[in-house]
Amino acid sequence: MNAHGTVHKYGDDVDTDVIIPARYLNSSDPKELAKNCMEDIDKEFVNKVKEGDIMVAGKNFGCGSSREHAPIAIKASGIACVIAETFARIFYRNSINIGLPIIECPDAAREINAGDDVEIDFDSGKIYDRTTGKEYQGQSFPPFIQEIIKSEGLVNYINNKKL
Amino acid sequence: MSMTMTQKILAAHAGLESCQAGQLIEAKLDLVLGNDVTSPVAIHALDNFKKKEVFDKDKVALVMDHFTPNKDIKSAEHCKCVREFSNDNDITNFYDVGSMGIEHALLPEKGLVVAGDCIIGADSHTCTYGAVGAFSTGVGSTDMAVGMVTGEAWFKVPSALKFVLKNKPAKWISGKDIILTIIGMIGVDGALYRSLEFAGDGIQYLSMDDRFSMSNMAIECGAKNGIFPVDDITREYLKAHGEREWKEYEADEDAPYDEVYEIDLSTLTPVVAFPHLPENTKPVKEAGDIKIDQVVIGSCTNGHISDMQIAADILNGRKVAKGVRVIVIPATQQIYLECIEKGYLRTFVEAGAVVSTPTCGPCLGGHMGILAAGERAVATTNRNFVGRMGHVDSEVYLASPAVAAASAITGKISEPADLGL
Repeated sequence: MNAHGTVHKYGDDVDTDVIIPARYLNSSDPKELAKNCMEDIDKEFVNKVKEGDIMVAGKNFGCGSSREHAPIAIKASGIACVIAETFARIFYRNSINIGLPIIECPDAAREINAGDDVEIDFDSGKIYDRTTGKEYQGQSFPPFIQEIIKSEGLVNYINNKKL
Repeated sequence: MSMTMTQKILAAHAGLESCQAGQLIEAKLDLVLGNDVTSPVAIHALDNFKKKEVFDKDKVALVMDHFTPNKDIKSAEHCKCVREFSNDNDITNFYDVGSMGIEHALLPEKGLVVAGDCIIGADSHTCTYGAVGAFSTGVGSTDMAVGMVTGEAWFKVPSALKFVLKNKPAKWISGKDIILTIIGMIGVDGALYRSLEFAGDGIQYLSMDDRFSMSNMAIECGAKNGIFPVDDITREYLKAHGEREWKEYEADEDAPYDEVYEIDLSTLTPVVAFPHLPENTKPVKEAGDIKIDQVVIGSCTNGHISDMQIAADILNGRKVAKGVRVIVIPATQQIYLECIEKGYLRTFVEAGAVVSTPTCGPCLGGHMGILAAGERAVATTNRNFVGRMGHVDSEVYLASPAVAAASAITGKISEPADLGL
């Protein structure tokens, strides 16, 4: 599985309130949520983002509220993968559970610039910045979590293993 | 192998003799919680499960608290979805308008969470129940759905930071000042993926309400949970609020901690967290001349009866400053009743404040006190992110009920000492 797209770049401590403000949580429809994704931090995001694009951010991405609406909105907006220095733990879980690919890679998170053309190989965790020519090795998931990702989310994993 | 208090609870619920940081485990759950924002997503997720029945109708709690009484048609539809699900599944602990309160104040009050429990909730402040000596943590809606059907959740066993609290807190220092001080010390990701474990002789001076505020905000430094040892104050609380038997776990004396911090509670001063992160703490006396438009006293962090009492003590016989809107929100119906019986409601209204039915409301910018562009609020809530209480150009300053009430009187960020108290 691969991703290849243009980078949208953000800083440290991007919280789930700016990813999807609470005033839109009266809906749980992914398409509705995607219309307001990142609105309070980047009004232009929804106009700029294209299917397959990549989001890159600093430390503690997705901190705050446990709203699963946040990774759902990012995924429905077309983002194929989020790279960050670190993720807040509930966002990390939620992304894996709903099948939004995420990678922790401090070097890539710091060095990749907005607008760069970036390729990601999920199996190896390799990140290649075509614009700068630099390659990075993202942190790989433990086998248990890889199984959830291969099942395309926790629901399928549970259906196959437990029910 | 020596373990932290958190690790012992997790090992027991995973059927293991012991566990260590980094280990992936599957643990049995004593309670699965959801609210009106997160439960509909979980209920829709159930459509994709082979089996849809809840694992135990007594061990699921659904609390309609965020946008209730319904603020608009969409939120009414969400509550309707959860109400129908609860009826269809005969959920014992469904709390709707009239019986509901803010979830993290309500569940301990109803005796639904006790020491030794392992609890997940689709709300980040589920970590609150560490105050009673339980392992509890926030998750998303899919984890909630899986928890409701299987009665289990997967966890990565956390390592821990230990906070040794020493001595009696100084005057006006509440649990809120202590936890804000801790978040200021270690930052909003200072405990990422880890537990906070509280210890020390200072704990004996902290009421259950202080402890609830502190465990509640563990998530604001990235922690998975924030847990207190069980003592006589806990036992008295648990006896008074329910019939369930509890189990007491203690961290081993040589338990592994990533870091140990000591905090002398007698030296703390009231603090305020400046926009837009809870780590931006300053002593109130160094805040400068910051005029405010609104004060909110309530939330899962500080809507307890002792919070109401502190606010009433300060507002009693005084008037809210001209141009400041003060919104008081008792967290549960029981707390609301106690406010009536103790005369706090009269005090609030006579001072010029309004009193709302229990709701999360303005804390997350839902309803009941949204800020316009350029407005500032002092709030006893838990987050001051960009746009959290309304417009992206509004500001939230986090503080204790004492600081919030004093600020309501002066119209700028103040502490009780500024009123001669």
